[in-house]
Amino acid sequence: MATPLHLDVRRWPAGGETAIELSLNVPSDMEYVGPAVEMIAEQLPRGSLSPRRIRFNFRTALAEALANAIAYGNHHDPARLVRVLVEISPAAVRLHVTDEGDGFDPFGVPDPTLPERLEREDGRGLFVLRSLVDSVAFNDKGNSVCLTLRAG
Amino acid sequence: MSFSLTKDKRGVVVVGVDGQLIVGNRQDLKQQVLDALEGGGRKFVIDFTKTGYIDSSGLGVLVSLSKKIREQGGDLRLCGLNEDLQTLFELTKLDTLFAIAKTPAEALAAF
Repeated sequence: MATPLHLDVRRWPAGGETAIELSLNVPSDMEYVGPAVEMIAEQLPRGSLSPRRIRFNFRTALAEALANAIAYGNHHDPARLVRVLVEISPAAVRLHVTDEGDGFDPFGVPDPTLPERLEREDGRGLFVLRSLVDSVAFNDKGNSVCLTLRAG
Repeated sequence: MSFSLTKDKRGVVVVGVDGQLIVGNRQDLKQQVLDALEGGGRKFVIDFTKTGYIDSSGLGVLVSLSKKIREQGGDLRLCGLNEDLQTLFELTKLDTLFAIAKTPAEALAAF
């Protein structure tokens, strides 16, 4: 697949360490979720997160946030982009995923583990996100999420 | 990422998930399993031994397939979940919905 994905990498010194920032714009098509996740995960430096957390927590959380942004934020409109910004410092990896939608209320999402919701196909995204990372924070508008994974 | 479908001597369809099961490829898995169901398969094992990660839409497709297979009088079993994936199933309480075996051999023996 010809990819329009282009990862921008910036590095600069920060308190004796190197801070890294990765940014990527993803068209609103689910086909790009997997390739975008791999492109970013492969750039995470050793020592930020354990290989296991990169393999599972980081990848799943990014895929989840991208899918939510493409589906519920940008409504699969290929003209709209999802912006991914990853800040890597010695203390933590912060993932910002921003869509061009009107935002949503993260507190209005029902618990997908309730018996009556357990056999539903959808509605687990935010729950899964919250279980994978150390913190999930939305902006006021609700169209940008910041996921923090503390180092280790 | 890819899926492999094989049928054992007793007609159990074993599906291997190589890489990830996420929003970008879940329809492919769904279609392949539904085709096998249509073709008369009733016993299914999905093997996650080679799977790195599964997102919520991947989980959703498993829930949907499980329902469709049960509606046809069949049975779906999962196996090969690593510790992280097992935890994901437990957190979402989907471990209560699926029969989960440790290995493909265990899953096959349970039919």
